[in-house]
Amino acid sequence: MTTTQPEIEHQLFEILETVSDPEIPVLSIMEMGVVRSAIMKNGVVEVSITPTYSGCPAMDVIGDDIKKAFRDAGFEAKVTLILSPAWTTDWITPKGRRALEKYGIAAPLEAEADKEALLGNKKLIKCPQCGSLQTKLVSQFGSTACKALFQCEECLEPFDYFKCLK
Amino acid sequence: MQYIYGIADNSLILGQRLGELCGHGASLETDIALTNISLDLLGQTRSYYQYAATLLGGNATEDTVAFLRSEREYKNVLLVEQPNTDFGYTIARQFLFDIFHLSLLEALQNSQDETLAAIAQKSIKEVSYHTRFSSDWIKRLGDGTTESHDRIQNAINDLWGFTDELFHQTEADKAMLSENIGVDVMLLKAPYYKKVSAILEEATLITPQLEYFQKGGKQGIHSEHMGFLLAEMQYMQRAYPNMNW
Repeated sequence: MTTTQPEIEHQLFEILETVSDPEIPVLSIMEMGVVRSAIMKNGVVEVSITPTYSGCPAMDVIGDDIKKAFRDAGFEAKVTLILSPAWTTDWITPKGRRALEKYGIAAPLEAEADKEALLGNKKLIKCPQCGSLQTKLVSQFGSTACKALFQCEECLEPFDYFKCLK
Repeated sequence: MQYIYGIADNSLILGQRLGELCGHGASLETDIALTNISLDLLGQTRSYYQYAATLLGGNATEDTVAFLRSEREYKNVLLVEQPNTDFGYTIARQFLFDIFHLSLLEALQNSQDETLAAIAQKSIKEVSYHTRFSSDWIKRLGDGTTESHDRIQNAINDLWGFTDELFHQTEADKAMLSENIGVDVMLLKAPYYKKVSAILEEATLITPQLEYFQKGGKQGIHSEHMGFLLAEMQYMQRAYPNMNW
C-alpha cells in the first residue's frame, strides 16, 4: 500500500515535532515529511523514516535524535528506514516551506518551473532575503545534496534553493 | 547476490573515483557537484549492500561487503574504474555511465523484487539530475573553445571502448531475468547509443566508430587501475580490521 498520508498516532506527534533536521535546524522532521509512520506497539514506539536523498548523512543523526526524544519522554523507540514510496519535496508542509524561506532557503518550485530555473532559462526563484526575482544560478549542486546555489542580483546575497524532487 | 554486486559495485567504484576529487575539482562549483554525485552514488550503494548483507546473513554487514572483498570479487564495469585524468575525462565517463544508469534504473523499478524496485525508484530521481549535469557539460565543452572541444572529443574517443560492456549479459543477469527480477541489458543498447549520439551531435562532437571493445569487469577481470583504487578505499579496514568511526 503506497499511501502518501503518513500514519502517525496523535500523542507521538508532539514529541516528533521537537526533533529537527540537523542540516536545517529551523525545520522539524515532521515539516520535512520524512516521518512516514509512528505507531505504539506493546509499549515500544515504532517509527519509520524515509531519506530525502540516498546518501543523506543526516538520516543516521535523525534516527538517533528520534530515539533520544522518545527516551527523554519515557518511551523506547525503534526506527526503521524505508525507501518506498520515495520522498518528494511535495511532502514538505506549508509551515515547513515558510520556515525554510524565513531561514534563508528558497522553497522548491513545481517540477516544470524548477527545471526551467535550474537550466537557467527563466528567472523564477525568489531571493529569500529581499524578495527579488532577479536571481541567477551559481551551481546546480549546493551545500547539501538537496540544494542548489543561487545569487540575488539585487541585494547580491548568495542563497540556497531547495531543489524540487518528484 | 552476484546480480546485486553487478549493479551496486558500479555505484561504489564511481562514487569512490568522484570522491577523489573532493577539494581537487576543476572549480568550486564542479567540485561540489561531482562530490554531491559521489554522495548520491554511495548512498545508493549502501541501500544495495544493506540488502546484500541481509541475504548473506551471518556476520555480513554493508561494510564487509564494501571493504572486504578482493579485486576479482568486484563486478563493476571497466568504465567506472577509469581514472579521473582531467575534467574532460571525468565528465565523459560520467556522461557515458549516467545515460546507461538511468535506463537501467527505469527498467529495474519494475522488478519483482520489492527492495530492488524501491532502491531503483529512489535512485532514479537522483540519477536524472546527474544525467542532466553531465549532458550539459558535454554540450558546454563540445560547443566551447577549440581546446575544450578537442579535449572532450579525445576523452569520449578513449572511453568509448568501454561502453559495449555495459550491455553484456552475465550469468547472474540471465538467472534474474528469468525470475522477472533482473533487467535485460541487451535491450538497453540501441536506445543508449541513439541517445548518446544525439547529445554528442548537439555538442558538435563526433560519435566514435569502433569495432573492438574492452570487457572483463563484469567477470571480475579489471584494468590496471582497479588495484590502486581498492588499495586506497580498503586501507583503513585492512590496516585496522573491524575499525569503527
